[in-house]
Amino acid sequence: MALSKQEIAQRIAQELQDKWYVNLGIGIPTLVANYIPKNIDVVFQSENGMLGMGPFPIDGEEDADLINAGKQTVTILKGGSLFDSAMSFAMIRGQHVQLTVLGAMEVSHNGDIANWKIPGKMVKGMGGAMDLVASAENIIVAMMHTDKAGESKLLKKCSLPLTGVNCVKKVVTNLAYLEIKNNAFYLLERAPGVSVEEIIAATEGTLIVEGEIPEMKF
Amino acid sequence: MINKVVKNVHEALQGVEDGMVFMLGGFGLCGIPENCISELVRLGVNNLTCISNNAGVDDFGLGLLLKKRQIKKMVSSYVGENEEFERQMLSGELDVELIPQGTLAERCRATGAGIPAFYTPAGYGTEVAEGKETREFNGKMYVLEHAFNPEFAFVKAWKGDTAGNLIFKGTARNFNPMMAMAGKITVAEVEELVEAGELDPNQIHTPGIFVQRIFQGKDYEKRIEQRTVTPKS
Repeated sequence: MALSKQEIAQRIAQELQDKWYVNLGIGIPTLVANYIPKNIDVVFQSENGMLGMGPFPIDGEEDADLINAGKQTVTILKGGSLFDSAMSFAMIRGQHVQLTVLGAMEVSHNGDIANWKIPGKMVKGMGGAMDLVASAENIIVAMMHTDKAGESKLLKKCSLPLTGVNCVKKVVTNLAYLEIKNNAFYLLERAPGVSVEEIIAATEGTLIVEGEIPEMKF
Repeated sequence: MINKVVKNVHEALQGVEDGMVFMLGGFGLCGIPENCISELVRLGVNNLTCISNNAGVDDFGLGLLLKKRQIKKMVSSYVGENEEFERQMLSGELDVELIPQGTLAERCRATGAGIPAFYTPAGYGTEVAEGKETREFNGKMYVLEHAFNPEFAFVKAWKGDTAGNLIFKGTARNFNPMMAMAGKITVAEVEELVEAGELDPNQIHTPGIFVQRIFQGKDYEKRIEQRTVTPKS
């Protein structure tokens, strides 16, 4: 069975490490916060100016002056801090944030990512995505392996305008967990019940399959 | 202490003209200068270039200026919440320059800090870098980005004093402090204006030196774009 969006988030959450500062993008990445492993401390950064982002406020306690980068009302945890946008991106470009998780429309086997613009459609803007992908030492992309027509989104070369080049290290899709290195996708794990053949068929970019590929564990 | 207080928003916006370049603080609808935007609509100034992270929604924030077609060009990082914006952009009425958010913040900061340009990794290898100088430092490629040159900056703070010192609240700080530094004339509207000396100098976010005009704002709507809550148990 291919993974649900929640399960993609759950698998990514297993990669979190103790004492990491983490920036989660909008969409599937946001769900990662629901699956933080027990016994580790991570701090979520919201690029509009907050460290220590907490859950949504209790109904009636929402504050127009406390939102996340998706413009949703949130809370701030004990030990959190607030700052301006220049300082926020100093944290990001200065590599003080250990992990960035974001979504993508396409990823190529050399680590390029496209996630901000589809020619001919309304362009909404890149927001902080270009700063994040150009700077993070550790980027995990959460995405669907194929589009609605069944075409691969893990490509030799992105067809959409790029957000960043040679930057993505890990990809978790509904079918697989892959690492990008040496101009190839290396298959690390399969979604439970998904065969290596299915993953090969769904991957247009160079895919390396070495030895037995284990199933993901939850 | 130098007194920066002006009577009201009308006085605060004196000198605003057609064709000017403005910076407006805020992230989404959080921390936007609501009173200044309303006055710009009332004044009916046109052909404006507005530097602001977002472009408001259809009936609030910069959307109000867009509806009246007062904006010629928007310089933003994300503009996805506004249908009128989309219509004007697709029809070619509105010029739009999209900039990575961190680059936008740093360009604002550089403007006020006397730095004409700087290198950033954001956008290298993408269309954002087209036509720009690039350079390698320590094996990594960077793009040269320039400061802005705005005539006015409009910012919104939680508290301010008569000397122009500002304190922001929550994530309403966002772009406001850098834009305050950047304006040739910076106008600060505040929810609470107090006498110099009443704010703790240790807590000031924006020193008054950056603010030319300050006024007590009124009728703050502080609209929430995405109300997300946890139900009461």
